[in-house]
Amino acid sequence: MKGSLAWRMSLVALALILGVLFAMPSVLTEDSYLRRTLPNLNLGLDLQGGIHLILGIDVDKATEFRVGRLGQNLVNMARDERLAVKSATANGLGLEVVLVKEEHLEPLLELLQEDFSSFNVVGEPRMDGDNVVLSLAYDTEQAEALKESAFLQAEETLRNRVDEFGLTEPDIRRMEDYKIQIQLPGMHDTDRAVANIQRVALLEFMLTAENQDIASAEQGLLEPGTELFYRKAEGETQGAPVILETTVFLTGDYIDNAYVGFGQMNEPYVYLDFNSEGRVIFADLTEEYTNRQLAIVLDGVVYSDPVIRERIAGGSAQISGDFTEQEAHDLARVLRSGSLPAPVTVEGQSRVGPSLGQESIDKGIKAAIFGLAAVLVFMVVYYGLSGLIADFALMFNLVLIMAFLSIMEGTLTLPGIAGIILTIGMAVDANVLIFERIREELRKGLTPRAAVDEGYAKASLTILDANVTTVIAALILLQFGTGPVKGFAVTLTLGILSSMFTAIFVSRVFMDIWISIRKTAKLSI
Amino acid sequence: MGFSFIRPDTNINFVGARFAALVVSAVLILAGLGSLAVKGGPRLGIDFAGGASMKVKFAEAVEAGQVREALSGHDLPDFVVQSFGQEGDNEYLVRISSFEVEEADFLEPLQAAFNVVDIEFEMVGPGVSAELRSNALEALFYAVLLIGIYISGRFEQRWMAAGIMAAGLLIGIKLIGAGYEMIFDTGIPMSYTILGAMIIVLILSWYLKLNYALGAVVALIHDVLITVGVFSLLNKEFDLTNIAALLTIIGYSLNDTIIVYDRIRENIHTKYQGTFGQLINRSINQTLSRTLLTSGTTFAVVLCLFILGGGVIHDFALALMIGVVVGTYSSIFVASPILLALVPQEQRVPQVKGSKAVAKA
Repeated sequence: MKGSLAWRMSLVALALILGVLFAMPSVLTEDSYLRRTLPNLNLGLDLQGGIHLILGIDVDKATEFRVGRLGQNLVNMARDERLAVKSATANGLGLEVVLVKEEHLEPLLELLQEDFSSFNVVGEPRMDGDNVVLSLAYDTEQAEALKESAFLQAEETLRNRVDEFGLTEPDIRRMEDYKIQIQLPGMHDTDRAVANIQRVALLEFMLTAENQDIASAEQGLLEPGTELFYRKAEGETQGAPVILETTVFLTGDYIDNAYVGFGQMNEPYVYLDFNSEGRVIFADLTEEYTNRQLAIVLDGVVYSDPVIRERIAGGSAQISGDFTEQEAHDLARVLRSGSLPAPVTVEGQSRVGPSLGQESIDKGIKAAIFGLAAVLVFMVVYYGLSGLIADFALMFNLVLIMAFLSIMEGTLTLPGIAGIILTIGMAVDANVLIFERIREELRKGLTPRAAVDEGYAKASLTILDANVTTVIAALILLQFGTGPVKGFAVTLTLGILSSMFTAIFVSRVFMDIWISIRKTAKLSI
Repeated sequence: MGFSFIRPDTNINFVGARFAALVVSAVLILAGLGSLAVKGGPRLGIDFAGGASMKVKFAEAVEAGQVREALSGHDLPDFVVQSFGQEGDNEYLVRISSFEVEEADFLEPLQAAFNVVDIEFEMVGPGVSAELRSNALEALFYAVLLIGIYISGRFEQRWMAAGIMAAGLLIGIKLIGAGYEMIFDTGIPMSYTILGAMIIVLILSWYLKLNYALGAVVALIHDVLITVGVFSLLNKEFDLTNIAALLTIIGYSLNDTIIVYDRIRENIHTKYQGTFGQLINRSINQTLSRTLLTSGTTFAVVLCLFILGGGVIHDFALALMIGVVVGTYSSIFVASPILLALVPQEQRVPQVKGSKAVAKA
């Protein structure tokens, strides 16, 4: 081994000091100074308890919504040009347009080419009774782009919503196939978490129709441009029907902030602040439709439809509707975080209770202590003083693992603890290899110094080689594993890498110190 | 000098026992494969199969039968109750294969009947389990791929051959995939791809005369087959953490094999008089002390994990325990004798690049 002993000793001392310093925060209590100032490791969900969700974003629905909306635009534009279009129905990426008059087909196709270039005509128009049916398909490339942007927006919204929970270390990760993984450590009310996350929270401002002919509306007879909605249910009773005009003037996108306020009866309501653009639209809207009723619709349910008394320039509105305080807070949070562009389904979930997590920690630590004790005792008994050096190297290795985990602000999981325990057993391998070699060289009649030189030289390469395969396996796990398994891969990789330093370099320094102090002594190995 | 279990002059005839070892290995592998065949493949945990499970800890001692009784009559189709953890933990695992349930479906009937301390609930939908399955298989595939390339280059310093191996593997996998798609009109299942990759590694190692690589890969397949087989015999489930254990076993078992092979190559470079079989035997004996010591310490810590680590980590520790034992056995009784079988009989100690000068000296 090259380099002077003094230089190597200082390197070991430095590594030890830094290792202990960075490992400390992870074993200290929460409010200690080191813990607050230095990075420290996090406990995985399996150890501290909490909720883990895998959410599927139904991006196909997002594109279908989009196709449906474009279909509605098409119908409106065609009618403006006095083309007798009966309907446009979306089905996945397809749009079926029903035309009453055959002679309107040509101008309709022109309109399509000009303003709806994202649609392609599929096959020939077919006759269905007196109607002409035209099949359109949304461009697949654009659909993919649409899905991607819907997914990104959903991720953003979910991120905002999770932030609103106010947890210390929430984790949101994108997965393949339009899925998102969310970890909510310390949270235990699954129903509430899922309800808040899943809520579409599409807020719309529409006008209540002047003609409220509910009876015919419930039979499907509606004036053009109107639609039947229901009011928010109160307790067990279903909400009353109400007819709204379909034009949406404002959506939740124009909201800057939402918070909870309390009315005269101390009843909670949600107060909305529009952004600058929203304020202008709202002012114009209230000016133009003074004395009409403005309906506030959330996820298709009418919460209220107050009469507009005058032009409102201040740019705020409020949603009231028999909320509990918790409901009002949840709604305000969801509105602040924006609406989801696509439905979200729970595809996987798990929750670990807080005391089971603690139990896992206790058992893991107990197993580690017993395993460590067994190995430490064995090494001393088998290799004497050299074994003590190996023991020191092993403890040093554990300190370094903890230090690196803390510096990386890594996450310790139960399999991660298992990885550390496994490292305890496997890391002494390097010293065993070296010591066995030294014994062999001593038997050949070499002096202690020469035997140590030979032993380390011959064993080092083998150690390096033998560890490569384990590191390959660990790295693959890191790539393909999920949460807990990743924790195992991280600690195993760290353990193996730092064991090369401690078992080869650190133990060598101590061997050399020992030999230089007692030059003639027999090696205790 | 401290004391030693293995005396320095130990010379056990491991190579001579290779036919007996062959029988032992064959019996173990066939028993495992037989069990897998009878049970229709490995039992999958809920992360791979999908479904829901709840781990529940009671404050008082509760019999499994009482848990079953409390849950029956509620909307939990075909639930299974298993005790979990150690005695005195009062922990049970309730599992169903349907995923359309909620935490409360399990919890409410149990809370009504017993004093529940804490729970752990898990639900895995079909999309997620499919992805986890494919991820696990992909991980195994890359393990075979990377380790195949590494050991083919590593043992004989023939990185050219390793390059051919890598190219052969990639092209071979593509061809197999394309061929499968032509015939069956669907993408190739990942498990076939893994099988294909293993076979290609074996054939290429044979063809390129990468004897060490071939021996190591055979030993590796041997270890994985036995571990999976024993798990099936013990009726244990395969889940994500056990796949992690399997990959660790792959790395660990190769580690042992590499140490023995390195000694064989080192001995080839010395003036060794005798047959190749004797040389291999000598190398195994020289490294025996180390092999047993390291396996011993590793086994000891894994045993601690198995006994003390709690129910969650129990099967993981079991897989590692089996793996450590089988890996140690295979590096002595499987990997090295294969090397002997691969070297032509008339050749005594095979010539290795760079060894000529040493041999003549």
